[in-house]
Amino acid sequence: MSEEPYAGLGGWTPAALGVPGEVRRVVCAPEPVLSRPGPEVDPTAEETVRLAADLVATMRVSPGCVGLAAPQVGVGAQVFAVDVTGHPKAVTVHGTFVLCNARVVEASRWKPGREGCMSVPDLTGDVKRASRLVVEGVLPGSGAPVRLVTDGFEARALQHEIDHCAGLLFLDRVAGAHAVYQRKVYL
Amino acid sequence: MSELAITVIGRDRPGIVADVAEVLARLGANLTDSTMTRLRGHFAMTLICVGPTAVEVEAALTPLAADGQLLATVRAVTPDGTTAPAGEPYVLAVHGADRMGIVAAMTRVVAESGGNVTDLSTRLAGSLYVVVAEVDLPLGSADDLTGRLSGVAAGLGVGFSLRPADPDLL
Repeated sequence: MSEEPYAGLGGWTPAALGVPGEVRRVVCAPEPVLSRPGPEVDPTAEETVRLAADLVATMRVSPGCVGLAAPQVGVGAQVFAVDVTGHPKAVTVHGTFVLCNARVVEASRWKPGREGCMSVPDLTGDVKRASRLVVEGVLPGSGAPVRLVTDGFEARALQHEIDHCAGLLFLDRVAGAHAVYQRKVYL
Repeated sequence: MSELAITVIGRDRPGIVADVAEVLARLGANLTDSTMTRLRGHFAMTLICVGPTAVEVEAALTPLAADGQLLATVRAVTPDGTTAPAGEPYVLAVHGADRMGIVAAMTRVVAESGGNVTDLSTRLAGSLYVVVAEVDLPLGSADDLTGRLSGVAAGLGVGFSLRPADPDLL
């Protein structure tokens, strides 16, 4: 099921960025940039637009990747890309999008789930996330404000990426001392 | 560099972890994987560390065990260089009235299916016995294993569930 977003993406696609993205190297913990809150960005700045395009390009070439945040490519900044299209656990799907300066404004129906992260490749962990979520942010390039209402897997992905922008890994939210596991399956 | 398997178990009190970790740090022992938990009032630590020799660690831990409240063992182990074949991660939960042999019977079924227990804990609360295990199963074997576990669980009078624990890559 899906609710109509208050001010949605308006048909936004990465093509609106107008620049081709380049694949960047994904950094892994304990790289310090992953543990530092990123600053807000000017969504209309050329470097933000390029970063947005690069995040999409890097996400595209990474198997199984449904989201990528700026700190994961070594840039401390509040920018991330998400695309859960085709994921079996996704309910509401907004396609490929990039948000800047995003924040959670409503979160409810918390559910546990096991998460892995490209930047913590050898571990997984059990993390509670809201399965109903409202997020506000702005689009790179235009700076247009966006309010996304989503659920389920896309909501989990958004919370994971917003955490990255705040310098938090899933390790910072694991349910307890025995909720971190060696990763067993690699994509 | 030698790899050591260390166990420390004893009556729980504040500071056991700090005391043991401090001893190891002073010796230049690098604490790698460990699990530490309280089991019916006993604090139990199992840890792997690298650096000093077993004799050095044993000697350094001796004062901590001097009052008879803590029991420490140190053994040199061979670093595990092998990688287990990739399986499908599942969580097995078993619960029911306490009786002899629940863990033995259920894990035997898992082993006979080629499954590997990678983490397991049990709790006895009143008459309720609970087992939660992380198991790696051969690809496509879960349905068959569920059938076999059903038979054994029925015989034991316990309930169980076997569910995928596959993580979502984000």
